[in-house]
Amino acid sequence: MSEQGIPDFTAGLSWPDSARVRVNARQALCVVECEASDLITICERLWIERGYAFAGLIVEELSESWELRYVFYGNRDAGWVHVVTRQPLTDRTFPSISSVVHAADWHEREAEDLFGLRFEGHPRLGDFILHNDRWHEELAPMRHRFDASKPVTHRAPDLDWRPRRVVEAPGAFVMPIGPKFGGMTESVHFLLETVGEDVIRTFPRLFYKYRAIEKIAEGRTAENALLLAERFAAATGFSHALGFSQAVETICETRIPERARALRILLAEIERFRHHVGAIQEICESTSLLVANSQMAMLEEDLLRLSGALTGHRYLFGLAVPGGLARRLDDSDCRAAVRRAQDVLKGLEKLETMLRKSSSFLDRLEEVGFVSHDEAHGYGLVGPVARASNVVRDLRKDQPYTGYEELAFDVAVEREGDGYARLRVLFEECRQSVSLMEQVVAALPSGPEVIGELKILGGSALGWVEAPRGAAFHWLHLDDRQRITRYRLITPSFANWHGFHLAAEDFAFQDFPIILATFDLSVAESDR
Amino acid sequence: MSQWVLRGLATGVRTTHYPEVEESSPGISPGLPVGGPCSDHQIRALETVCPTEVFSGRDQELLVNRRRCVHCFRCTRRAATPANWINDFEWATIAAHEAGAGRLFGPAFERSIHILVVDAGDCGACLSEVRQLNNPYYNMHRLGFFVTPTPREADLLLVVGPVTDHMRVPLQKAYDAMPAPKKVLAAGACALSGSVFGPSFVCGGGVRDLLPVDVEVPGQPPPPLAILHGLLVAAGRA
Repeated sequence: MSEQGIPDFTAGLSWPDSARVRVNARQALCVVECEASDLITICERLWIERGYAFAGLIVEELSESWELRYVFYGNRDAGWVHVVTRQPLTDRTFPSISSVVHAADWHEREAEDLFGLRFEGHPRLGDFILHNDRWHEELAPMRHRFDASKPVTHRAPDLDWRPRRVVEAPGAFVMPIGPKFGGMTESVHFLLETVGEDVIRTFPRLFYKYRAIEKIAEGRTAENALLLAERFAAATGFSHALGFSQAVETICETRIPERARALRILLAEIERFRHHVGAIQEICESTSLLVANSQMAMLEEDLLRLSGALTGHRYLFGLAVPGGLARRLDDSDCRAAVRRAQDVLKGLEKLETMLRKSSSFLDRLEEVGFVSHDEAHGYGLVGPVARASNVVRDLRKDQPYTGYEELAFDVAVEREGDGYARLRVLFEECRQSVSLMEQVVAALPSGPEVIGELKILGGSALGWVEAPRGAAFHWLHLDDRQRITRYRLITPSFANWHGFHLAAEDFAFQDFPIILATFDLSVAESDR
Repeated sequence: MSQWVLRGLATGVRTTHYPEVEESSPGISPGLPVGGPCSDHQIRALETVCPTEVFSGRDQELLVNRRRCVHCFRCTRRAATPANWINDFEWATIAAHEAGAGRLFGPAFERSIHILVVDAGDCGACLSEVRQLNNPYYNMHRLGFFVTPTPREADLLLVVGPVTDHMRVPLQKAYDAMPAPKKVLAAGACALSGSVFGPSFVCGGGVRDLLPVDVEVPGQPPPPLAILHGLLVAAGRA
């Protein structure tokens, strides 16, 4: 054990001679600065030998140099490891770690597209966030010299552009779906490679909804950027506002009042419960089980009304702020809300029993959209989707925040990795959320909801939160004038879209909506 | 299967009687600030506290631009004297260029309108509220509103989101493919003003930049009943 009873999470880690290692025991954080040439060795050691999870790649353009920060995390004993490498701005070539850490694949593609960096050894760069049929290749909008407020001249459309094809077989063709498809769906494009009824491969093409949140946050105050954090994926807005607020609080070295910590858990679990019921409703809808769909939709609306009646907003806007919560919540109102949530859970469990007995429903979920444990781990999948493939990871348990360490719950996991396993995880987590709410209101601390005056300081920090769809990370860098110079937003849907094609291989076309619904993806959250 | 039929029957009718009967269940609307007589000092204070320039006015009269409100509640929680806030939901208005031109659609459309919903960069909340219109509490079918996946049979284009650059072409194509008479309903602060996201190099300042908007529904997100009111306004029934 090291200082203050914190376990020595660096025991057994060894680094190349060139690496400079700093340990911040209070934050359980180990920062390893290394040469770019040592990156692959170090990341391989953390990822393969030590079993760390890859949170994401954070690229920063400093005044004279590039700073690339590869964030890894483990459980409470393993803490956080940031692998940091710097190079002069003129040298834009870095080694690609994605051959070893496949979870970094899309992060490198994004950095290449938005910063103009090159990743040596990456098999497929270009045409990612900014679609090549509209944008010039060398735009690099995340560079500080790029002015985000001015419109950009687009390139002339390439009339010879054809979708990428892998399958070469007689009768094989590519079926495009989207970006506008179905009744009320988010905008995303799919290319299905098919030989008729059977679909061989699926390529999702995302970022139709790219709003450049990371770019337009630059130059704003934390107070103003909070609006972006809360609203870029508003169906899970409270969780993201919470992650952002925690980053600010870490920078300012603030501890928020006990009551605010407890209420944050209550609100985060209300949001998780509502989101999961909505996700289950979409699964019922995808299988055309109409009564179950209607019943689930009513439960979702019940929870939206519960949120609205308790806090004033159906999607919990304007509550999480750096320093606590923005409004008072009475103990009696909180208890009444939990009682209503218990009623909703009772209704949900009745429907769960009925669904488990509906063979036509189960037939469409079982062995559909299978993702193995190794694939889920290798692609760095997160949230209920990963837990259904027996990846036992939940930030509320692994790196507890805002007081989750004091509450009793087990990480919900299943082994099968198919659509039905994902549904079971969602049901289990609904029960868990209500249990967490009960534990919170049973011992609600008294006192203020917000600290009096939060003095914002300069600096940088990572905030993290287990959002309803999985692990979300908010990296915030404030300069001396308390303006944002870098806001990096790593979302669970970005990680899970990367692995979506694993579940959508070799299937019958009519299963496509079901695979999509059980994967519980948000386009807004991924596109940012 | 019979268990589901019985379950559906046992649930009974849960649908609201809006618009015939006023709906006032708790939690159906986040509400919006309202203007009115107000001291100049407080007008300045509200202007300062609002991050999206909702408030303006002088000579003791507070003006509220509801199209820009993003429900951050700072004007009710941070201002020394909070803004007036009303939890109603009948917010939809006919856009200025159509006002006074009579009804949007002919009488043949009064009882049945087919809607094409396009997500032009929405954060998920507006779309979620549009989806709620299909749940039994609101059940928009009873009022003759139907969502269609194809522009060819759509009368009304319902757009959510600030119109991102990548969605400009699909949105324009969807509009062009609709047969006349066709109207556009923009729902949510993003679709009306770009909200906190636009305008920028990759995001517009709302649907108006691209298409003629006929009905505007403010709110972030507008609750289901506000969108339903917008549809009734479009149909000439509210």
